[in-house]
Formats: sequence, C-alpha cells, structure tokens
Amino acid sequence: MSELKKIKDEFLLKLKEKLSLLEINQIKTDLFGKNGLISSQFKKIGTLDETERKKFASDLNVIKDELQNLINLKISEIEKAKINQKLEQEKIDITLPERPFVRGKIHPVSQTIDQISSIFSEIGFSVEEGPDVENEHNNFTALNTPDNHPARDMHDTFYLDQNKETLLRTHTSPVQIRTMSKDKPPFKIIAPGRTYRSDSDQTHSPMFHQVEGLHIDKDINMGHLKGCLSYFIKEFFEVKKIKMRFRPSHFPFTEPSAEVDIGYEIKDGKIIIGEGNRWLEILGCGMVHPNVLKNVKVDPTKFQGYAFGIGIDRLAMLKYGINDLRAFFDCDYRWLNHFGFDPLDVPTNYRGLSR
Amino acid sequence: MTNLKEGDLLNQLTNIGLEVESVESLNSSNEFFKVAKIIKTEKHPNADRLKVCDVNIGEKNFKKVVCGASNAREGLITIYAPPGAIIPKNKTKLVVAKIRGVTSYGMLCSESELNLSDESDGIIELPLKFKKNIGKSYFSKSKSKLIDLSITPNRPDCLGVRGIARDLAASGFGKLLDLKEKKIYTKTKKTLKVKISKEKNQGCGVFGSCLITNVKNTESPQWLKNKLISVGQKPITAIVDVTNYVMIDINRPLHAYDADKIDKHITVRNSKSGEQFTALDNKNYKLENDMCVISDNKGVLGLGGIIGGIRSGTELDTKNILLESAYFYPRSIRNTSKKLNIDTDAKFRFERGIDPLSIENGLNQAASLIKEICGGEVSKIDIQKIENFKSKTINFDPNLFEKVSGFKISIGEMIKILGDLGFKIKKEKKNLKLNIPSWRPDISQQIDIIEELVRISGYDKIKTVYPQKERIKSTLNSSQKMFHFLQRSIASKGYLEAITWSFTDSNFNNYFKGTNKEIKIVNPISSELGVLRNSIFSNLIIYMGKNLDRGFKDLSIFEIGPVFTGSAPGEQNTVVCGLSAGKKSRLSWIEKERNVDVFDIKRDVVQTLVEAGYDHHKFFIDNETPNYYHPGKSGRLFLNRDKDRVAAYFGEIHPNILKKIDIKLESLVGFEILVDNLQLPNKNLSDQKKKFIVSDFQKSERDFAFIVNKNVNAQDLIEVVSEVDKNLISDIRVFDVYEGDNIPENQKSIAISVTIQSLEKTLNDNDLEKINNLIIKTVEDKTGAKIRS
Repeated sequence: MSELKKIKDEFLLKLKEKLSLLEINQIKTDLFGKNGLISSQFKKIGTLDETERKKFASDLNVIKDELQNLINLKISEIEKAKINQKLEQEKIDITLPERPFVRGKIHPVSQTIDQISSIFSEIGFSVEEGPDVENEHNNFTALNTPDNHPARDMHDTFYLDQNKETLLRTHTSPVQIRTMSKDKPPFKIIAPGRTYRSDSDQTHSPMFHQVEGLHIDKDINMGHLKGCLSYFIKEFFEVKKIKMRFRPSHFPFTEPSAEVDIGYEIKDGKIIIGEGNRWLEILGCGMVHPNVLKNVKVDPTKFQGYAFGIGIDRLAMLKYGINDLRAFFDCDYRWLNHFGFDPLDVPTNYRGLSR
Repeated sequence: MTNLKEGDLLNQLTNIGLEVESVESLNSSNEFFKVAKIIKTEKHPNADRLKVCDVNIGEKNFKKVVCGASNAREGLITIYAPPGAIIPKNKTKLVVAKIRGVTSYGMLCSESELNLSDESDGIIELPLKFKKNIGKSYFSKSKSKLIDLSITPNRPDCLGVRGIARDLAASGFGKLLDLKEKKIYTKTKKTLKVKISKEKNQGCGVFGSCLITNVKNTESPQWLKNKLISVGQKPITAIVDVTNYVMIDINRPLHAYDADKIDKHITVRNSKSGEQFTALDNKNYKLENDMCVISDNKGVLGLGGIIGGIRSGTELDTKNILLESAYFYPRSIRNTSKKLNIDTDAKFRFERGIDPLSIENGLNQAASLIKEICGGEVSKIDIQKIENFKSKTINFDPNLFEKVSGFKISIGEMIKILGDLGFKIKKEKKNLKLNIPSWRPDISQQIDIIEELVRISGYDKIKTVYPQKERIKSTLNSSQKMFHFLQRSIASKGYLEAITWSFTDSNFNNYFKGTNKEIKIVNPISSELGVLRNSIFSNLIIYMGKNLDRGFKDLSIFEIGPVFTGSAPGEQNTVVCGLSAGKKSRLSWIEKERNVDVFDIKRDVVQTLVEAGYDHHKFFIDNETPNYYHPGKSGRLFLNRDKDRVAAYFGEIHPNILKKIDIKLESLVGFEILVDNLQLPNKNLSDQKKKFIVSDFQKSERDFAFIVNKNVNAQDLIEVVSEVDKNLISDIRVFDVYEGDNIPENQKSIAISVTIQSLEKTLNDNDLEKINNLIIKTVEDKTGAKIRS
C-alpha cells in the first residue's frame, strides 16, 4: 500500500515540474513500460491474498488512471503549445492584395437591349432581326416613302452602290417589312439592332441603335399603343410615375403618328427623369399606315396595329447619365469599365432589370 | 386673331402637331441697338487698321469705341451696340474690352452683324434724317416673339402663317379671319406672253403671271421691313420683299423678273444638257436634260420653282416687272435640286406641294402691295396650264375613327373640325363625302382624315389600354439565345465588351479580310470609315492602339456583331471577336508575370464553347488558320471530327501585321467564334442533362511517357489512347511535354496520365497490366511512338 502511495506521490511531484515531451515520455515508460513501476505492480496482483487483492487492484487502477490522465494532459498541453508556437511563426500580412481576378464587362448598349427585351418579353413580344445591309425597297419604298418623298432627306443614307439600291439601313423599320412579308398576322415583335446615318456630332453618330416594335392584330388601336409605351417607359426607367406626353407628328409609314416626350429637369447638372417642365423626345410611333400593310399583303380592312421606333443609345444615356453619344463607340478602356455591366447581372423578369 | 396666353399658344401648337422648337424674344435684344453719330476719329496708337472713335449716343458723355471699319469717319450716322448687347449674327454678347491696349465701350455695327443684309464691308451708313433719332433705338419697339416651329414634311400648308392660324382655329384656339379679296384694277392689257411647252416630264403644271409697268422700286416701308426681319428674312427691295412677304403669309412662292431684261418668247420647257445660267446666288449652273426652266430667246432665265437668274433679276432701278406665280411638280423640283445640289426656300415649299389653286390669289396679293408701295399699273392676269387641278373627294366612314383611335367623337364634332380645316362636307347616308382643300396634298384616304380628327381633338383624349401580360411565342429563338450566352460568357473571362462601327479603315481591313472582297461605301463619312468590315479585328486593333496610347498595357476587349461577306442584304455573319494583349500578373507580389499566350486564348474559346453546351471531348483542332494569324501559333477549332464548319479560330496575330500597323505590344492574341457556324444545341430538356452514371469502383492512374515524332500532336495521341478501351479509360491528361537532352532530334516526349476505372468491378493487377500493355502497344503501333523506359 505505502509502496503505491510512494510511487504516486513521487510521480505526481515529478509531473508538476516543467517537462519536455521527451521527459514525459520517459516517465511514461518508467511507469507503464514493460517493466515500468505500475506495470510491475499489476504483475503483483496475482501473488496477493484474496482479501488484499481486490482493494489493491482497485487502488492501483485509480493511481494508474490518475497518472495516465496527468501524462496525457501534459502531452496535449505541450503539443498545443507547440502548434501555437508554430502558428505564431506562420502569421502573414493578410492585408497584402489577393490573387488577381479579372472579369470583363457588358457594354451599356447591350445591357439596355437586354433590359428592353426583358420588358417586352413580359407583355408577349418576341425578338426579330434583320440585316444591316438593306435594299432600297425594304428601307424606304415598302415603308410608304417613295423616291421623291422629302422624308428621305431626313435620313442621310449610306449607299453601297451608285444606283442607290443597296444601303445601310437607316432605321430598324425594314424588319417590319421582312417580318410581315414572311408570316401571317397577328404580329407582335420587337427588333433591336444597329442603324446607320451619315451624320456625326455630339448627339449623332454614323452608327447607332434602335429598337423597332410592331403589333398587328384585328383590333389594336391607339389606346393600345399608348398603354404599351407607357408601360415600357415606366418599367425601363424603373419608376412608378413618369411624366410623358404623346404629341402628333409625321412618319410616312405610320398614320396617325406620334412622338413621345418624357418630362425632365436638370438638378446640379444632372438630368432627372420623370419630373420637371422640360420635355425630351425619346421615340416615334404611330398606327401602321394602310399602304405599308398593303405592301406586305396584309389586308388593312381586317388587320391594324401600331409600330414604334426607340433610340437605344439615347435611352441608355438617359438612364445612366452618359453625356456623349460618341463615347459609346470609342472603346475607351476606362469608359467601358466605368459604364459597363457585370456579365452576371442579367436583366430578367423575375429578378428585375437592375440589381 | 386670338387673345389667349402665350404659354397656352405654345402648348396648343405642339398638341396639334406643329412642334415648337424654340421661342425667341425679339425686343429684348433689339432695344440695345441705338442710332449714334461719330464725333471724332483718331488712329489707334498700336494698330494701323483700327480707329478710336468718340461716339455720341445721346448721352452727356461720348463713348470711346474702337472700330476697324474703313468707312468710320467723323459725322457718320450709324448704329451703336453697347456692352451687354447680343450681336444677332453670331449670338455673342458684347463686353467692355481692351483692344490692343485701348478700352472699347461697345461697337459700331455692320449690316451683316445685325442680320440686315450680307453687307459686311464697313459699318452701316444711315441717311442724315436719322440725326433726330440719335440715342434712340434703331429698331422699332415690338413685343413680338419669334416662335420657331418644326413643320413635318406632310404639311406644306403650314409653311405659311395662314395655314398655322387655320389649324389653331380648328382646334378651338382663336378665329381664322377671312381674307380680304384684293382684286387689282387693270387698265393695261399689255402682258408678256408665256408658253408652257408640251413635252414629256414637263415640270410645270400651271404658270400664272402679270406685268406691272412703271414701278418705282425702293426700300420697303418700315412695317414691311420689320415683318420680314421678325421672321429672320433680310429686307432687300420692295419688290422682292413683297414676294417674300406673300410667300410667308400664304405659302405662295412668287418670282419677279425685270421685264425689260427679258428677250421675248418666254417659254417654260425642259432644259437641254449643257445649258448654263448664273443664278441669284451668283453661282453658275450647268444643266442636264429635263430640268424645268423658264427661258427666253437668249436662253435660261431661271430654274422653275427653285431659283431665278441674275440676268433678269430686279434691281432698284427696275421699271417694269413680270410677276410669276406657278405650280411646279414636287418630283421635278426634287430631282433638279438634288442633281444641282441647290436648296432654296422656294424649292423647299414646291417640293412639299404648293396649293395649285393659290396662283391668282398670290398674284393679286403681291401686285396690289407692289402697286401700293411702288406705284405702276398692273396688267390682266395670264394663266397658262397643262393640267386642270380639281379638288379630290373622299368617302369617309365615321365609324373608322373609333376603330383606329380607340375613343369616340360625335359626327357633329367631326363636321366642325373638318369644316374649320377647309373641307367641304356632304352627309351621304352613313358616310361623309369630303372635298379635300387644295392646299392639303397630304390627304388622299380615310386614314388621313382620321389623323386630322385625332390631331385636332387632342392626343390626350386617347385612352390608355395597358398591355396584358401573356406570352404566346418564346421571346428569343435558339440562335438569339446563343448570341446572348456567348456575349456574357466571353465577358465573364475578363474581356470588356466594345461596340465599334460596322465600317472600318480600308487599310486595316485589308490585313484582316482574308479571302473576302472589299465592300466600299459610296458616300462614307470619312475615308477612314470607307468600307464595311470583313472582320472585327481591324476596328479592335485600331482601338487597342488608342488604349495603348492612353497608357494601358494589359487589355482584353471583345465585340460581338456583324462582319460582311458581300454587299447584298444578308451577306453577313455574326462573329464574337476578341483580343488580349500584354501580360498576366504584371507587377504581382505573389504570381510570376508572363506574356499572354495562345493557350490563354485557347482556354477562353474552349471554355466558352463548353459553357455554351458543346462537348469538349469531341472538339477537333488543327492549324489551318487565316493569314492574319501567326502560322505556327494559331488554331482552328471544329465542334467534332466531321470538320464540316469551323467553330472558331484563335492564335497570335501575325507579327508582320503588327509591324506594318506600327503597334508596340508585348504580346497580342486573338480569337473569332463564328456564331452562325455553331450547330445550335437542338435538344430537348432530357438531352441537356444525360443520365447520371458514375462508378464507385476503385480507379487507378497510370503514367506513360512516349517518345514520338515531332509532327505527332497531343490531340492524336490522346485520341489513340482513348480509343483503346472507351469503357475503362475515363480520363487522359498531358502532364509533360519535353524536347532536348536525351531525346533524339525531331522527336519529343509526351507524358500522359491515364485514369482507368470500370463501371462493373474493381480491376485487379492482372486487368490493369493487360490494359497497360494494350495502351503501349496501340500507341506504338498507331503513332510510331516508343514508350520511354
């Protein structure tokens, strides 16, 4: 008995000291090794009287557990200290820059086109396209703009041949002709795309973007036109209320025709859309002229509807406060970075146009 | 006649389709200009051509004004503009300024500076009688404002004040006054005979004229001058001013000839090629065949409805005039003016269509005014015509109005509006039989009537019908979806999207046009934008250069858009084209910097196509690329081994091109994805996600190093290995390529790691050994490779 206590006291004392891992392992061997002090005591159990044996064994187990726990604790303490010491040395300057990640940007015109498509998608329009090079017929004549019509002067046209038969389309309206020529009514389409006029200054560039709209069915009247465009403008500018006016105008391919202005004011040099008492023209529209319908073999006594043309670049300028149209096509890295959109920022119906 | 407010007027004009462009106050600026007298002039101490004048402007002290006019002299009565005045010609505001060291308080004006005439030589010399007006405003006071309207091409009638008034009155704004009929008393029967020759393409339908004899041409009276100045016209002489006045009043262009300068036999005929004349703009015009001219025995007097000739022009000493009031066909006017590139006020009006029934009224109005101002006797009116103009009629179904406009007005309202606009109306059963006013060439069918009714009723009456949210057809078709997907996929790989012109510089285009032919624009905006682009590279490289000049070195840009293969509609393809330049990890503390290379761009192309839904394992790549790529460092990618259509090209841009266009770059790689060549993933939903099959049996990786001839490429080796056993070989990776020491010349070592895994069982050593040996044997047999031991 006293022998056990002796061992216990001696080693408890030893283990209180500051020990290295090596020293602890030595103690472990001294106690629990093959011929260790504790191991030897266990061997003794068999030699004892039955009366003593039970108590001795029980005492021995208690001492064994106590010492063993203490040793494990000591070891884990040392290991922990060691890891901590290692981690201490591994500390880095976390403020250093991360590895570079480059993501590109989507051009504001492309983003705007996607927004427009998304809005019109929800009210049932599908997207049509047409070629950039057009013939004179689709661009003018079929659109009720015959050769001697002064309205042709309003379009400074790029021609590809001396006879002025092929040209770069001056508007997206020829897509109306292409769409209606190849299919049967009803039609409900938009057609965004590049358009060209030989004009260049701060508000005109030789290439720009338009989106055409066309809705032809049995009973589509000017009320539908007004409703469609009011809806579009509110959705596009992401406002609940917007000041806008329809006023009479003239286009050869629509009658009656209208231009749509939206109200704005200038605050601190920035355009604020929707309020104020200045007017800004943003689109032209009207009821498709019966002559145009006849030209594509649609019976104007049975079908009627509206068409509109919107300047996409202009809309983007207004929405994002861009002053110079020419910058759109100037490819300045800084400008593209500043006004571009993250490619993951896809305008959708369910998520909304902007994030 | 109206007493309503200005703001209401402006709104009403816009509301009925006569858009107000601007409003300018006339009196505020004009009051500045004062009659003044030069008291003394001295030579400017520092400038030979300048004078320093003391000017009496009706105040106690004389003003010191520096003046450069040679006619500035003591005693001259002229017009003085003080600091603060806005000079009409250039719209600049005068300030007190030091001119070569001498302070000038205001300025003395020339006629051109005040927009009174084109005379810019010297300052205005007023007659002595103005002495009593010194210090007073030169221009009479007026509270008028100048309203500038944008008149659409369909409304020639509103190019005259009366047309605008008629529209306003019809919309309930004021009342249109009746014109006083001015019948001129004719004593003299003397006229000049005019003939319209009957020939094909005759450009003149009616020619009305009268002779006014014994006139005394003069400056116009102040009221007439003021009227013309107020609408931006320069007064010239009474005769010309009267014709302009009538034109602006009722949109009836007139022309006055000096009758004494006409050499008999006035004929309206087609010109013959080679005929010439000098027009009133002092330019000599060479005519082609079939232009409508007024001529006499000596030749061309003028181009009908466009411009008169100098030879027969009126002057201050003109005694007898022939006054012309004609109808010229818009098509003829337009053809001639386009060919000769002339734009005049008369041309603008005739081109849009003048009221053919206003000929007599125009002559009467003008002749009586000329008689009033210049005296003389007016002859009988002579009218020659080859066409009788009758007013057209339309049968209008009133029900159509609501069908198109979506709102209702009563038949009574319709009759009121149309009546006010000058229509003569007869009710016939349910329809209205309408006589179209002769001044409305734009009206010929029922829809034109609906337009009039909606316009005058007001667009605010149109009810808003909000759209229904239903979709019958999908918004985008599969190729449009592909377009959008590729656009965003490339952008997500570090490329900024650019949009550049569809045209480009022919010099740059030549480098990149490949086998395409050049497509010239007949009338380009500049020679640098003279051709349609055959490739997007030309524009991207031009803008790459501009960004380099801005100090950027590491640039990646792309564009998705059309390239052109021919000049017919539809001869165009959609291409995604990108360029990447400079270095990766420039100035990085953590990564080693290196040049952008062909395998960077290959990754971008391949990964984009994979994201778009194509199977990487089926891609086939060779090195047949267009001549603008580096011949050794570029590739052509097919979606599969059938090689039917090229999906993409990628590679380094040919160094010779970079040298020629003198662009300095550390590296430049580019790609083109030919969107139209991609077979659209025409699959249904169940195809998009294949059945999910994986193996949970143990897999093993075996490495092989083969020594092969240099012309054996990695793609071939992988192909051969994968064919060995498609069921067991699940992956092959190239992990080393080596040439040099220990490898024979013309050979290289390619090391691959092959993953072997069965779907059915765990492979034992025996199985693995078998497939191992088979791989080695097959590769050696098929490629002539040797396994490296």
